[in-house]
Amino acid sequence: MHAASFVALATFRESVRDRVFYNLVLFAVLLVAASLLIGQLTAGQDVKIIKDLSLAATSLFGLCIAIVVGIGLVSKEVDRRSVYPLLAKPVRRSELIVGKYLGLLLTLLVNVVVMTAAIYLVLFYLARGVPPNIQQAWDAPALDPALLKAIALIYLELATVTAVALFFSSYSSPLLSAIFTLGIYVIGQFNADLKQFDRIVSAPAAVALAKGLYYLLPDFARFDVKLAVVHGQPVPVAYVAATAAYALLYIAALVCGAAALFARRDFK
Amino acid sequence: MTRGTAAAGAVLCLAGSVIVHAAAESWLTPPSPDVQSVLYVRSASTMRRLALDYKGIVADVYWIRTLQHFGRERLAPPPHVRTYALLYPLLDLTTTLDPYFSIAYRFGAIFLGEPSPGGPGRADLAVALLKKGLASQPDKWQFMQDLGFVYYWHLQDYKAAADWFQRASEQPGAPNWLRPLAAVTLTEGGQRASARELWLHISQADEAWLRDAAQHRLAQLDALDEIDQLAPYVDAYRRTHPGQPIAWERLIAARLLRGLPVDPSGTPFDIDPATGAISVSSSSKLFPMPGQRPEGPR
Repeated sequence: MHAASFVALATFRESVRDRVFYNLVLFAVLLVAASLLIGQLTAGQDVKIIKDLSLAATSLFGLCIAIVVGIGLVSKEVDRRSVYPLLAKPVRRSELIVGKYLGLLLTLLVNVVVMTAAIYLVLFYLARGVPPNIQQAWDAPALDPALLKAIALIYLELATVTAVALFFSSYSSPLLSAIFTLGIYVIGQFNADLKQFDRIVSAPAAVALAKGLYYLLPDFARFDVKLAVVHGQPVPVAYVAATAAYALLYIAALVCGAAALFARRDFK
Repeated sequence: MTRGTAAAGAVLCLAGSVIVHAAAESWLTPPSPDVQSVLYVRSASTMRRLALDYKGIVADVYWIRTLQHFGRERLAPPPHVRTYALLYPLLDLTTTLDPYFSIAYRFGAIFLGEPSPGGPGRADLAVALLKKGLASQPDKWQFMQDLGFVYYWHLQDYKAAADWFQRASEQPGAPNWLRPLAAVTLTEGGQRASARELWLHISQADEAWLRDAAQHRLAQLDALDEIDQLAPYVDAYRRTHPGQPIAWERLIAARLLRGLPVDPSGTPFDIDPATGAISVSSSSKLFPMPGQRPEGPR
């Protein structure tokens, strides 16, 4: 796996070269502009709305990176034919897949960490000077550490989406990979509906199929605790841990699947 | 075309578009029909699905739209008819997307029941919204207090109001003044003193708009007190000048009053020349008073 770490670092450097981190500038401008303007528009809900906006932006920007960069992880190497010299080196195909995935995860991690720092900075700016009696009326303190739980789950969701993109990228074209990944992301939001399919359909086979898909497809709704955190509702550590375990196993399955598919590809 | 020429061309064209835009704006007044706001998605459950992972931020967008709709309706000059048609659908969307958005329920409690032209006069929807809030936050005493307020102020159902104040007082963290308020509402419901007490408590709220609403209501109660104080002078004039039309100028000339009586917003009170009935002027910021109906759209 030593080779995988080299691939990961190369992938990270490539994303820096591709100006992936320019999105951080947009994020910063969005947050600063919102923090200056939002107080005039929201009847005292500025801290709540800044939290909503920052968490949504972290998730959305990350999602764009995960899909746009994720679908090109393998296919770009194949299109550019740079995969040939790579495979000629002492690097196993599975190491290439794992390295590419870890490289993008590192990119996403840097992105999310910088965004988190920016969020706390803006919240500190908004909360300073607000009288304690007003702060007490807020659902949660401005610099609430529980925000980190929501951000951690956003990161895990992004890691899962990246794994889905990598899986499709390992055997399909970038366009199809993007469509499939986006489709799986949207379906994953409505996964709970599949579980309750028996309420609207009586055919046992259809119900069994829906149940099967419910467990097979990624349950992205599990990763969304943004509303709960913003309103100071409890998010148990056990819930975060169970979701993390679910994500790690799902990611492992997808990365192994991607490696298996990539291993079978014929580059002659 | 060189790079420099292209850049200069872009800057020149942009400057030209700014000049044309500014000139057209000052010479040609764009048509401004009385266009009603449109809500493309009215189904809250559909929007909840469409919002995917971003329910919080979409709820915020609807909250800002709620404030803009309310403000635009309230400040719209005639001939615009103030219907506040989107106020409840917007609040319903906001609270379905984010069931913990407490301030949206409380905003609805205060303004949905407000009679025209200050609001749509739909106390039933205010009650429905607050009960929806209680379904997601069953021990939120503020919603129960607001329900009591809606029953007291808009529906004049003092028994129901007292019940809600009592229930609110039994919730964890409820302030200790809610229990006596329940008792006062039950025994003296409809009396000005108990209404004043209710609004005085609401005027201590953390939200500026809630404090403003309470101050407005307290000013209305002050106006009612002043009308009561003026009534004996009008009666005295009628006794000493039977059959004559009644006007403030005549009361001043008769040395019953020192000057034109004004309400707390600074607008002179109206007086009926035939009956001597005193009321808040329709041009006053305090109009309409509780139980007072506007004659038409303002």
